[in-house]
Amino acid sequence: MTILVIAEHSNDHLSDATAKTVSAATKIGGDIHVLVAGSGASAVAGQAAKIAGVAKVLHADDDHYAKQLAEPMAELILSLAGDYDVLMAPAGTDGKNYMPRVAAKLDVMQISDIIAVESADTFQRPIYAGNAIATVQSSDAKKVITVRGTAFEAPAMDGSASVETIGAADFPSISEFVKEELTKSDRPELQGAKIVISGGRALASGENFEKYIYPVADKLGAAVGASRAAVDAGYVPNDMQVGQTGKVVAPELYIAVGISGAIQHLAGMKDSKVIVAINKDEEAPIFQVADYGLVADLFEAMPELEKAL
Amino acid sequence: MKVLVPVKRVIDYNVKVRVKPDQSDVDLANVKMSMNPFDEIAVEEAVRMKEAGTVEEVIAVSIGPEKAQDQLRQALAMGADRAILIETTETVEPLSVAKLLAKVCEEENPDLVVMGKQAIDDDCNQTGQMLAALMGWPQGTFASAVTKEGDKLHVTREVDGGLQTIALTLPAVVTTDLRLNEPRYASLPNIMKAKKKPLDKKSPSDYGVEIIARLKTLKVTEPPKREAGIKVESVADLVEKLKNEAGVL
Ligand SMILES: Cc1cc2nc3c(=O)[nH]c(=O)nc-3n(C[C@H](O)[C@H](O)[C@H](O)COP(=O)(O)OP(=O)(O)OC[C@H]3O[C@@H](n4cnc5c(N)ncnc54)[C@H](O)[C@@H]3O)c2cc1C
Repeated sequence: MTILVIAEHSNDHLSDATAKTVSAATKIGGDIHVLVAGSGASAVAGQAAKIAGVAKVLHADDDHYAKQLAEPMAELILSLAGDYDVLMAPAGTDGKNYMPRVAAKLDVMQISDIIAVESADTFQRPIYAGNAIATVQSSDAKKVITVRGTAFEAPAMDGSASVETIGAADFPSISEFVKEELTKSDRPELQGAKIVISGGRALASGENFEKYIYPVADKLGAAVGASRAAVDAGYVPNDMQVGQTGKVVAPELYIAVGISGAIQHLAGMKDSKVIVAINKDEEAPIFQVADYGLVADLFEAMPELEKAL
Repeated sequence: MKVLVPVKRVIDYNVKVRVKPDQSDVDLANVKMSMNPFDEIAVEEAVRMKEAGTVEEVIAVSIGPEKAQDQLRQALAMGADRAILIETTETVEPLSVAKLLAKVCEEENPDLVVMGKQAIDDDCNQTGQMLAALMGWPQGTFASAVTKEGDKLHVTREVDGGLQTIALTLPAVVTTDLRLNEPRYASLPNIMKAKKKPLDKKSPSDYGVEIIARLKTLKVTEPPKREAGIKVESVADLVEKLKNEAGVL
């Protein structure tokens, strides 16, 4: 069995989810290679070489890979696919974008967002916003898989794989990058943070996030998330949404502030180790999953919490 | 331009699904079904393009049971011009859906396909990307804004780090994210009018596509259940418990 893991990265930094995808690959077993396709991404290739269990890193460097556009990425992965039994990527917005494109070209039914490996062809994945877990067996000769990082342990970073430079594949001239607005933050990234504190509709404005959520986050060294309602209302950017259709997090401690606990939100955080809910409605569904519930007005409770820490 | 909008009949997003006792599947008997919320956003986007004059015709297509007509009628009531139902009682995996849609694209020659980024039942998030691949078209996934700029389509995408804008040649596939628009409710007169709009019925074999499942569901189980914990009396109490009981501070 030979497995290719496609690295998720920002050209200078490899994502934690990539390492966790390697953990999932280790559970399938076999020779594991990592593909780093980027622009000026040799540091990333170096980081990938350190992931325990990786035998080889393939590094393709070209401007066309800088923004991970689906069309050139899929061409590159397809050009390598012949040598592999399994193609895997983290289920982030990059992997979700190019992997199904690869799968369709290979005439393979992708297995999305796996949370457990039962054998080389059998996997578990959440369906219905995580309200059910399906165990599925794939009959495709080649497997195309995306992996939910939070479901797998981070491997050791003591490996020393070789890095091989490979050439670029064809560039279909049907898409091009125009611009990006990346959210800049000094706080930890949502995925991978030990503590996450999320605000909901009850915050009522972006200023209130600044005033009531961020100070507590900074005292705790926490990442900040949000419900869909808070993002839709424009209080915070889209990349902070936690849930079925946003990011999935599983920190040691998740604090939900002024969030009702809709199933779509729970889908993104109910695997957290300890859940705290602060909500003024004692009937709010979030309390049904919270280890510690505080029935209180957040505008009073949050300043108190900041002082108490 | 001509736009194709695939829509899927799924469990209503407000319903919490239950697993069958024999673990063969989830129980959908007597459960409220609706149009997949992301597909509603797709229909809305296509209809807005028509209202803005960039699009002449909007075709809704669904692959599913006879009852999926309800969702197609809803799309027609929202403003789609005509509909196609590819009727099947089987579970159709994203790859087969993409193959069927590719056949429809070959027949209809749309300039654009707008569809939901994922269906809230299987949560696969694949079909649009697969369709784009089969057609050799570019894809703009997880879209929060779509504009026509000359002969290109600019798509702003919700990505993990923020927002990314790309330019695509046409024809192309766009998949919708939550913030692309807020779908309208169809008015009563439009619901009445929709009943008279054309709805073609087809079968997968009309398109020469054989529905073969590549994934076998061995079982469907409940996720590990979380028990509700305790209510704390005060902020001080909370901090004390997090420090000394949970050990997370
Ligand atoms: C297709 C689809 C996908 C979705 N995906 C997601 C997703 O990924 N993530 C997500 O979060 N949602 C998602 N949603 C939306 C979800 O259904 C809910 O609408 C949303 O989570 C509600 O956000 P909220 O809890 O902030 O707001 P609300 O439900 O309005 O809850 C606000 C809460 O704040 C409390 N409150 C009000 N004032 C105060 C105060 N002063 N102090 C303390 N508490 C107060 C209220 O009691 C209430 O419980 C999705 C919906 C659909 C249809």
